[in-house]
Amino acid sequence: MEQRSLAEVRALVKSHEKPARTGRKLGEEIFFRSLMNIASVLIVGVMGVILVSIFYKGISTFSWSMLTEDMGSGFYLNRGGGIKNAIVGSLYLSLSATLLALVVGLACALCMNVYMVKFPKLLNTARFLLDLIWGVPSIIYGAFGFSLMVFFGVKTSLLAGIITVALFILPIMIRAIDEVMKTVPTGLSESVLSMGSTRSELSYKVYVRQCFPGIVTAVLLAFGRAVGDAASVLYVTGENSKTPTSLLDNATTLPVAIYNQINSPYAATQDKAYASAFVLTLIILLISLLSRYISKRYQKYRIY
Amino acid sequence: MDTQAMDAKMGAGGSAKPFEGEGIIRVDNLNLYAGKTHILKNVNIEIPKNKLTVILGPSGCGKTTLLKCMNRLTDLTPDIKVSGNIYIRDQHTGELPVFGAKTDIVALRRKMGLLSQRPFPLPMNIYNNIAYGLKLRGKYTRAELNDLVEYYLRQVNLWEEVKDRLRSPAVRLSIGQQQRLCLARGLAVNPDIILADEPTSALDPVSSEAIEKQFAALSKDFTLVMVTHVLRQARRIADYVIFMYLGEVIEMRPAQEFFEDPREEQTKKYLSGAFN
Repeated sequence: MEQRSLAEVRALVKSHEKPARTGRKLGEEIFFRSLMNIASVLIVGVMGVILVSIFYKGISTFSWSMLTEDMGSGFYLNRGGGIKNAIVGSLYLSLSATLLALVVGLACALCMNVYMVKFPKLLNTARFLLDLIWGVPSIIYGAFGFSLMVFFGVKTSLLAGIITVALFILPIMIRAIDEVMKTVPTGLSESVLSMGSTRSELSYKVYVRQCFPGIVTAVLLAFGRAVGDAASVLYVTGENSKTPTSLLDNATTLPVAIYNQINSPYAATQDKAYASAFVLTLIILLISLLSRYISKRYQKYRIY
Repeated sequence: MDTQAMDAKMGAGGSAKPFEGEGIIRVDNLNLYAGKTHILKNVNIEIPKNKLTVILGPSGCGKTTLLKCMNRLTDLTPDIKVSGNIYIRDQHTGELPVFGAKTDIVALRRKMGLLSQRPFPLPMNIYNNIAYGLKLRGKYTRAELNDLVEYYLRQVNLWEEVKDRLRSPAVRLSIGQQQRLCLARGLAVNPDIILADEPTSALDPVSSEAIEKQFAALSKDFTLVMVTHVLRQARRIADYVIFMYLGEVIEMRPAQEFFEDPREEQTKKYLSGAFN
């Protein structure tokens, strides 16, 4: 490039300058901004309609006896009974599965971020594969769990459901924690290691603290998937019209109960599906609020 | 060692060993490759005990890499190849090789504290930032721990500023305070050597001065190795200077001689501000 003086360069840039925010430029901006607004309104609107209809229809068919009574033999046939067994079954199943996935997933994410830093290629492959199985539909996990059960000759049970759901939410858990742990500055690891910490001390005393809010989010995400999923447990937990009392009992979960209620030939039972959905939504809401509260308490210690 | 012998060595190997026999860290023919880039080239130096040694040089000349080799932080970076070795001298155990299959890295790192460019406090409260290092090495009673935390905070002149908020998160401190906290945290592990990687580059002038003063005071009892590219800082506090350029050690001498009578052409250029 030939030598130009600052004045020449400034004049050159000036001569190419388009007028700001007039004509086409302004039109473009208005167009895209309104697209964004429409998209936001659509999303929030649809969410609102779902929530309002669940709440409105649910509250009218909701009764406290639904929470305190088991289904019994004739719930789907409109002969009374509640969904206590499904609520308890769902809570047992999703809480245990989330706990199981957290124990394995946290260890896995720590391994990827603390121990495997020397092997970026392996790490990328692992991340890619995890993303891949994140997208596998849950019915596949259900079928996989079922075929395993057939192979080992085990009957359907709550335990089988817990293991299947844990497998299904594991990639979500690992990748969600992993994404947070990727943001831990290398300088922090270096500082902690150079104090003479072992890598496990670095993991459990520093990484877990630094990433605590992110870990809570990951748990929440995984729990939400676990509690709301019907397909993966359809084959493996069986059905139980009573509250399960042991891991080897069959269990019914809320989403499966909702599915069956909607399939019922009785209109009154179909309406009760909304009440069940309302309860399910409430459970998720409560868990979210609780986890937000917990994570806030640790947020303040986070560095950067 | 007389100058002639040193000149002879410099001519042959490109570097010298002026502190032979009394050094605490001995770098022996160290070469380091990151991928295909040759970052450290035949580094032979010896760092004297209980002195402040400054590694000086323009950006990208391998100063930080050399420092990180000393406590094996290079282990965190993929695709690094090292030949040669670094030895840490110890009265009781003799020479401890840094790069060795049998080296206990945790024990090695406990001998050295590290102060990084930007302070990285632990995600805990101020008190626990210091107590963490102490607890790593042994069991203390609550009272002992309180005393020690106060002692180390006093040693970096931070106690008066934080004594009323020991339980608040360390991130709430200013950057300068955080850096002093990190220094105290490093001291609490009771190391012999303190490595510092441009510890004042992110700080305001007042905090920088505080850190410099503390370094000067600490150099009576600790071996300090500090990386910097700030010439004036090196002039102010260095006992010894190692000058590096493009991965090679060009010159290493006591600070006064180095600044008043540089031998090598590149050193003269650098001192006169020809490249930065």
